[in-house]
Amino acid sequence: MRFTRGLFGLFFSLSTSALIATSSHAQAPAAAPDAMVRDLSNEVLNAIKADKALKSGDANRAQQLVDEKVLPYTDFQKMTQLSVGPGWRNATPEQRTALTREFRTLLVRTYSGALAQVSDHKVELRPFRAQPTDTDVIVRTQVVASRGDPIQLDYRLEKGASGWKIYDINILGVWLVENYKSQFSSQVNSVGVDGLIKTLSERNAQLAGKKA
Amino acid sequence: MTDSTSSRFPRLSLLALAVIVSGGCATIPADSGNDARDPIESFNRQVFEFNDVVDRAILKPVAQAYQYVLPEPVRDCISNIFSNFREPSNAVNNLLQGKPVDAVSDTCRFVVNTTVGLAGCFDPARAMGLEKHSEDFGQTLGRWGIGAGPYLVVPVLGPSTLRDAIGVYGAEPYLDPNFYIDNIRVRNAIIGTRVIDQRAQLLQTDDLISGAALDKYRFIRDGYLQRRRNQVYDGAPPPSDTDSPATTGGPPAAAPNVKKELVPPQSGAPVAK
Repeated sequence: MRFTRGLFGLFFSLSTSALIATSSHAQAPAAAPDAMVRDLSNEVLNAIKADKALKSGDANRAQQLVDEKVLPYTDFQKMTQLSVGPGWRNATPEQRTALTREFRTLLVRTYSGALAQVSDHKVELRPFRAQPTDTDVIVRTQVVASRGDPIQLDYRLEKGASGWKIYDINILGVWLVENYKSQFSSQVNSVGVDGLIKTLSERNAQLAGKKA
Repeated sequence: MTDSTSSRFPRLSLLALAVIVSGGCATIPADSGNDARDPIESFNRQVFEFNDVVDRAILKPVAQAYQYVLPEPVRDCISNIFSNFREPSNAVNNLLQGKPVDAVSDTCRFVVNTTVGLAGCFDPARAMGLEKHSEDFGQTLGRWGIGAGPYLVVPVLGPSTLRDAIGVYGAEPYLDPNFYIDNIRVRNAIIGTRVIDQRAQLLQTDDLISGAALDKYRFIRDGYLQRRRNQVYDGAPPPSDTDSPATTGGPPAAAPNVKKELVPPQSGAPVAK
């Protein structure tokens, strides 16, 4: 039953983190991954607090925010690749693009609805252990509010040619990529990569219809 | 009262029928049971369907009514009181896990919140810097090196594992002050309210899960297993196997992963606070 309690926080924070992972601010990100995550998180929380449309769970507005600001700091393709697993190797470039696009849309669509719950939330960095030479790190944070327990929210980042990029999020101990692996591979094994793309896009269309 | 008892039976059997029908219709994917963490997946899926029927018929409507009738501050107060009654268990389990400092902190939380915090309705202990630690005997067993065992969907109660079912449903009642209430009616009313309180807290997540999950059963299962592992290691599980294709392949790929899970490092070794 403790799990169910956690789930509440989980889905609240997934909504925030989906945006955090994907959103960012106009100025150049800080060089260190932990500082970058902190700045991004605060920026996104402030954006949500200030934006009525976002707060009411407007998926289009959330998508817009992601498209405009977020992409530079998130590696959605890597996130999708890891989630799809072995099936990715045999996917064509077109299939890979489609998978990444549909998965991203699904995450933004489903989690934008919970943004209404953002109130006085703040992000705090938890102790960060990494060597300066590391190129793959985990930044640990927690989201605190006056109401409810702190929510553990971690990010996995990789350093590439264009700086640090987030490619996985952990909410209350649950890695996003890990949580989709089994579902994705099951689809790929039974109906193939095209089948998975179809499932995702049908779900997205269904969610879009519901919202409208 | 007599009227309602006489009509309860046909209604119950109707529910049972609905359950059997829906259980029989549970969609079992072809790769069911291939994951070494969930060898009885097809059985679990039937129970999962059963729980869904019970939820839609009883738990969810009652939780919705509860949420509709009581204002948020009152519901928060009730949730906090239930959470406060878990502090003795948190303290005992922290002690059993070799974390006496946390155990003392939990005890202080219980004393402060039960008195100054009006039975736990408020959480003044948090303002004093006493953080909450959520522990249970399932986590303690995990900390002692006992593996999660097969994933288990418990009728009505939901996701668990063999270890957690023993630890949470077998042992926890002994650490729960509510179970020591002699008046059975009062005790049942309190436990019933707690279940409704917990269900009400999850109402907002229903749509999210339905939207985000391609396969609700696996979405919840994989989330539960990850989260419990994280709790056993107090938020810092050893990394290693999150990148391994534990859930992507058949038994050969998954087996080593589970072996690792069965033999976690000695308690205290790599666990950071």
